[in-house]
Order: sequence, then C-alpha cells, then structure tokens
Amino acid sequence: MSNAGSACNGQPSLNAVPTHGQPLWLLAELTYKCPLQCPYCANPTNFASKTDELTTAEWVDVFTQARELGAAQLGFSGGEPLVRQDLAELISEARQLGYYTNLITSGVGLNEHKIADFREAGLDHIQVSFQAADPEVNNLLAGSKKAFAQKLKMAREVKAQGYPMVLNFVTHRHNIDQIDRIIELCVELEADYVELATCQYYGWAYENRNNLLPTRAQLERAERITNEYRDRLAAAGNPIKIIFVTPDYYEERPKGCMNGWGQVFLTVTPDGTALPCHSARMLPVEFPNVKEQSIEQIWNRSNGFNHFRGYEWMKEPCVSCDEKEKDFGGCRCQAFMLTGDANNADPVCSKSLHHDLIVQAREEAELPTHQEPIFRNERNSRVFAKS
Amino acid sequence: MSGAEITPDQIPELSRMFRFQWEKAQDSYVLLYPEGMVKLNGPAGEVLALVDGQRTVTDIIQSLQAKFPDAEGIEQDILEFLGDAREQRWISL
Repeated sequence: MSNAGSACNGQPSLNAVPTHGQPLWLLAELTYKCPLQCPYCANPTNFASKTDELTTAEWVDVFTQARELGAAQLGFSGGEPLVRQDLAELISEARQLGYYTNLITSGVGLNEHKIADFREAGLDHIQVSFQAADPEVNNLLAGSKKAFAQKLKMAREVKAQGYPMVLNFVTHRHNIDQIDRIIELCVELEADYVELATCQYYGWAYENRNNLLPTRAQLERAERITNEYRDRLAAAGNPIKIIFVTPDYYEERPKGCMNGWGQVFLTVTPDGTALPCHSARMLPVEFPNVKEQSIEQIWNRSNGFNHFRGYEWMKEPCVSCDEKEKDFGGCRCQAFMLTGDANNADPVCSKSLHHDLIVQAREEAELPTHQEPIFRNERNSRVFAKS
Repeated sequence: MSGAEITPDQIPELSRMFRFQWEKAQDSYVLLYPEGMVKLNGPAGEVLALVDGQRTVTDIIQSLQAKFPDAEGIEQDILEFLGDAREQRWISL
C-alpha cells in the first residue's frame, strides 16, 4: 500500500471532461482594510475605491455553494481578516460545512481570547506573516512600531493553544540577507511550516519592484543557506517544513500559474467579485459577482472563468510550444502588466519576445535602490484610484 | 524512529497536523492540512478510518479482516501502510 496518497493541490488532468477541475481552494478576501502598510501587498492598488463588503449571510452562502462544488480548503484573508467582526461566526459556519479552515493574518488585532474563540469555532490553522526577523526592519516595512512584538506574542500563543502554525515571510532585497535569522526565529517559535515566499510582483509589489527585487547573488545565497538549514534540521529530527519560493524573475520558463486558469483556485474579493486568482482583477476581463450569479455558473459557465481555459486564446510562441501543457503560457497578469496584452506569453519565458523586460529588471536589481517605497495605505490608494 | 518495527499492541494516533474526513466531491477519504489535501486510496482510507487514538494495531487488523474476509494477507499490507503513514508523519505510534 505504498503511494497511498497523491497530492491533490497539484495538477488537474487536462484531458478530463469537463475541461476544468473543481474549485478545491476557496480564498475569501473578507476585507481590504488592514492596519499594516506593506509595500508588497497583493491587493489592488486602487482598493480605496472598493469599499463594499459582502454581509455575513452572503459569505455563508458563498461557502455553502463552493463546498457543493468540491471546495475543501478555505482561506480567510484580506486585507486583514481580523478586521471583520463576524470572523468567528464565519469560521464556525465554514467548519460545519466541512472545510479545512485557514486564517491568514498579520497577527495585528489578534489576542489570546480571539485565538481561543476561533479554536472553539473550529478553526484548523493559523498562518502568521512576518515582515522580517528583527523589529526595526519588520516595523519599517509594516509601517507600524508595535507590529513585531505583537507578532511574536501571537505566534507563541497560536502554538500554545495547539494549532498547526505556518509562518510566512515575504522576502525581498531588504530582508533576504537575514534568511538565517528568519529560519532560526521560525525554529524558535516552533513553526510547523515556514514559507519563505519571495515577493511576487503584482499590486503594490509591482509598483515597488525596483525597491524589492533581490539580486541574483542575494537569491542564490538565501537558497543555499535555506538548503543547509533544511539538511541540518532534518538530521536533528526536527519536523519543520521549509518552503522556499523563488521569484520567477530569475527563471527562464514561467510558472504554471495557479495550476492553470480556473482549474483549482477561486478567489472571492470583499465586494463579491469572483476571480481565478487574487491578482486577476487588474485584467481587462469582465469578472462575475457572487451577488449576481451562482458559484456554479461562475465556475463552470462565466466568461471570466472560461477566458483563459484551454489553449485557444494563445498566441506564438505559446501556440506551437511543446511546454504549453506544463506552464499554460505562464501568468496572464504578468503578461498584461509587462506587455499590455494578456494573451501574450509571460515575459519570464526566454522564448517571449518581451523577455528583455525581465532581463532589464534583473539588471536594475544590481543597482542601488533609487526609489522610496510606496506604502500600501488609503492615502496612496486614492492616488492610484484617480489615475 | 522511521523503520522501527510496529508491534500489535501499539495505538496509532492521527497527528494534530492533519484532519481526516470523507470527501464526497473526491469520492474518497482525504487528509487535510494547512493549505493542502492528500487524497487517500481505498485501502489507506479504510485503515486511517480506524485510527482513533484508542484502537490498537491488532484491533485495526481484526476489524479489517472481519470487514474484508476475502482479502488475503492484509495484515502485512496494513503494517506496511502504518509504517508509511508514520514516516509521512500522518500518524504517531
């Protein structure tokens, strides 16, 4: 009975009928409100113009419908999901529906009572994000003086109350050289999983790319040190799992973004707009809203979700490429942001006619940073909303 | 730890990192963990369904022998699977 299980968050079968998988992963972005101001936030830069939020009942309806279609993982995200006063109720409803419930939080706004209440409501796991392993860099990036101490305290409390804990560090040129201290902090906090997720350049991070993209040397050093820690920790019998995400800017082939468009992931934004990934809102594609269509219609029949399914939409070099079934032409958002045409190959691909844009970004990363970061806050967002 | 022999009186227990449940949409038992899911094959699901922190290895083997009287040599399969599951840290013994 070896090979008893297969990872199910991986590849959908491309030839299966129907031509797309089930929405196994539901990401509920409950709100765009957040007390932090991270300059690499994935939220839309114009979030200040989108203030509508689904009601408790509307969210429960979304959870119920998506569960019927096969969703098993539910992420409560944002913004900062703790801002929602009905979070415990949403957790409870989701858990009763059979979801594995994940709270993805900065830890700011959390306390030991809420952690206990959420446990009672059936929350399965808490992911706490950090900005860095030391208070100065962390608080500078978060735009908050107290954030680091609060995060440490909450991470300890999450473990003390028996939750599995994931610690997430978004890495970039300002903190990636501290990778050893980051890993040591995670070990000390007894994280079960560590995500060393190199910044992905969407939303605010794209605006701040010049300030965030590490050099190749920084990246290689960090990966080498991470591997050394992995070996050492495994040898010591420590079950901690460390996941290192490389930025695709240093790859020659694009990532198979979201395991394919509309194959596994369903994101619902605060106002009910449904997206195949949390960045897709930027695309010149009309996306459905859960207030107007059922999740079944959205997932199976909406133009937004069918737009980039299959291979019909592709242009060269993707159309004739023998790797198209592996990476689906890469990320549609990246193609759109960098080339102005979402049907183009992701410029990360060395076969792309626009690959020089990626090469240029790498070269710029070698220069000293010459731009102040734009912090993710209401004031800056209103500027983006107007432009 | 891994590779150590499994004895009949041991009591397997599901790791707190995992939740085990029947998943209708997958038509199978699954293990759920932070941001992931393992789809279990039929026999693996049958064994884990009996792992409750109370039954011994012997109890589990006897239950499955009673449930599948025609299956030959399942004792060895069950022991092997429990060993694999321990190595994957799905269970502790």
